[in-house]
Amino acid sequence: MAESRVALKRSEVEQLKAVCREFNNDPGELINVLHKAQGIFGYLPAEVQEVVAQELNIPVAKVYGVVTFYSFFTMIPRGQYPISLCTGTACYVRGADKVLDEFKRLLKLDVGETSADGKFSLNCLRCVGACGLAPVVLVGEKTYGRVSPDQVREILKEYGYEV
Amino acid sequence: MAKYSMHLLVCGGTGCRSAHSAKITENFKNELDASNLSETIQVIETGCFGFCEKGPIVKIMPDNTFYTQVKPEDIKEIVAEHLIKGRKVTRLLYIDPEKKEKIEDSKHMGFYRKQLRIALRNCGFIDPENIDEYIAREGYEALGRCLAEMTPQDVINIVKESGLRGRGGGGFPTGLKWEFASKYQADQKYVVCNADEGDPGAFMDRSILEGDPHSVIEAMAICGYAIGATKGLVYIRAEYPLAIKRLQIAIKQAREYGLLGKNILGSNFEFDIELRYGAGAFVCGEETALIHSMEGLRGEPTVKPPFPAESGYWGKPTNVNNVETFANIPVIILKGGKWFRSIGTEKSPGTKVFALAGKINNVGLIEVPMGITLREVIFEIGGGIKDGKKFKAVQTGGPSGGCLTEKHLDTPIEFDTLIAAGSMMGSGGMIVMDEDDCMVAVAKFYLEFTVEESCGKCAPCRIGNKRLHETLEKICKGNGTREDIELLQNMSRVIKDTALCGLGQTSPNPVLSTIDNFWDEYIEHVDQKKCRAGVCKDLMQYVIRAENCVGCTACARVCPVGAISGERKSVHKIDPAICIKCGACIEKCKFDAIFIQ
Repeated sequence: MAESRVALKRSEVEQLKAVCREFNNDPGELINVLHKAQGIFGYLPAEVQEVVAQELNIPVAKVYGVVTFYSFFTMIPRGQYPISLCTGTACYVRGADKVLDEFKRLLKLDVGETSADGKFSLNCLRCVGACGLAPVVLVGEKTYGRVSPDQVREILKEYGYEV
Repeated sequence: MAKYSMHLLVCGGTGCRSAHSAKITENFKNELDASNLSETIQVIETGCFGFCEKGPIVKIMPDNTFYTQVKPEDIKEIVAEHLIKGRKVTRLLYIDPEKKEKIEDSKHMGFYRKQLRIALRNCGFIDPENIDEYIAREGYEALGRCLAEMTPQDVINIVKESGLRGRGGGGFPTGLKWEFASKYQADQKYVVCNADEGDPGAFMDRSILEGDPHSVIEAMAICGYAIGATKGLVYIRAEYPLAIKRLQIAIKQAREYGLLGKNILGSNFEFDIELRYGAGAFVCGEETALIHSMEGLRGEPTVKPPFPAESGYWGKPTNVNNVETFANIPVIILKGGKWFRSIGTEKSPGTKVFALAGKINNVGLIEVPMGITLREVIFEIGGGIKDGKKFKAVQTGGPSGGCLTEKHLDTPIEFDTLIAAGSMMGSGGMIVMDEDDCMVAVAKFYLEFTVEESCGKCAPCRIGNKRLHETLEKICKGNGTREDIELLQNMSRVIKDTALCGLGQTSPNPVLSTIDNFWDEYIEHVDQKKCRAGVCKDLMQYVIRAENCVGCTACARVCPVGAISGERKSVHKIDPAICIKCGACIEKCKFDAIFIQ
């Protein structure tokens, strides 16, 4: 995983501390704190984890352990248009892997990566539960159902993708 | 509901919402306003109807008209024609695939005819964001009866008598679980609802929470009363925003009505519910891992005993049940254990919700009595295989389950019969596969999932599954031998015997069941380096059919790696050493001259 060092602004640190206080700086609330923190920053860089560890009075290693354990938490900033493919079984048997390959090919990204210009990021989800629409692709909040590989280019064009 | 003469039920489940059902609701409201009908006709956004394949769904009551695949643009016509002039919009009715007749009422559809809805009783009927509608359908009556007329032991006895078994996959008798938790003394006990539905392809828990959240809240309170707990926690996936929102609304309403909090319904009983968010880890479906996750730790399982009933959340007695299990409880209390036992089979009473998906005509959520056969589910309710293809296998139980074939089609579906057939009930995912699916690749797909989701605590799961995956990959790439199949079998047995928790103990099931049922396909992969379904890329070759090729050069021009050579107007050739099997040439060829060997 690529190391991303960012400098947090003083106001951001204060905001983070306020989140921890909201949960009474209780280590048992670590996951809830991280959910909120990711909601604010979009991802969880090392600096955020350090502040959280300090506030909840637990080792940074423990925070890091939790962040890397759960797939919902990420240490890489997501793109402006996060693309998520459902790779649940229903989507898989209806060809999600071919759709994924097309996204990878066009964006030149691997799963979990963000494009250099910060525009697109590519991720896989485990079942969004819209199996009737399989294969399903999410771009931000928007859902695309019954996607075939040849529609991928059209979808990307909606978000300003150029060859 | 009295003042309205008509109700428009619009499906607000995640599947239909993804197909713009929220816009449909909005358009209905606007059109009704414009026609001055909003006083007499009510629009209700309900939970999932189940028939996701044909979503978005709109049902019109009281005449029971069932419109399918409705688009936001259709609303004007429905209002003008159906609601004002009383003429149904026939083009939106469901067409029976066999008789080619239009069916107006869902009761007569093959998809619904064999279903029996207990856990899903309110999904698609009521507005999940309005507690009054739940109460109008006997909601909270069971809780009232427990508090007024029954002792905690009476409640446990009814649940025991009903024979209800855990619907999350394990199938452990719920009444017994409650009894264990009730026996331990502590200053604080907990009721936990496991809503961390991680099985890819299963979405029943989410649909229940989205469509009928109060049934789960009521059941948790009943459980609290039975085991002596005053606190309830719902551990829910953060990826289910709609279910979270509706659950939060429902909890708030229940508090306002005095159905949660202190002195519930005038009794001395106190109970309240909080939410805890999961963060995406399949292993957290295992109850000890789930409890650790709620405590803010990595969701790693621990050895049982001690069972959570003795030492669970923060070391206190804790009872964990799954969403669907809870949804059955209020009905069981009201109608009695004997009634529940009269449904389903002797060893697996009641009904089960299944999520039908994959290569099947009617994708959706169904609830059927236990003991129904796979044939009835797949061919009668599910409407058979898509595009008239041949049925190959059905995968039940998700990554912990196995593949069942033609020969299992008449097996009654029960907890024990599925295990005997080499699969398991799991949470109720049912993925149907056809002749185009390669069973070795399917096993590899599940192992990929397990490898990613293994928490890494015990070696058999962490290392063993990785080795299984590598071996399957080797076979799919055409480098496998017969010894590899033997290795897969041996390793699978070792993992099953030695892994710490349910995840590792069941993860080799997809491998073992595909080897058992599709031995020929494995042999073809290793001996002849052939994949009959045409899925394993490395075993395929693109070949030009000389008699069809006219030498138009279209394929050579589109080939990204220059693997195709040939003069204009003469037969072309593909060099297999250069070909990357992208399939671009097949798509481009107008003469059907390229095929896969």
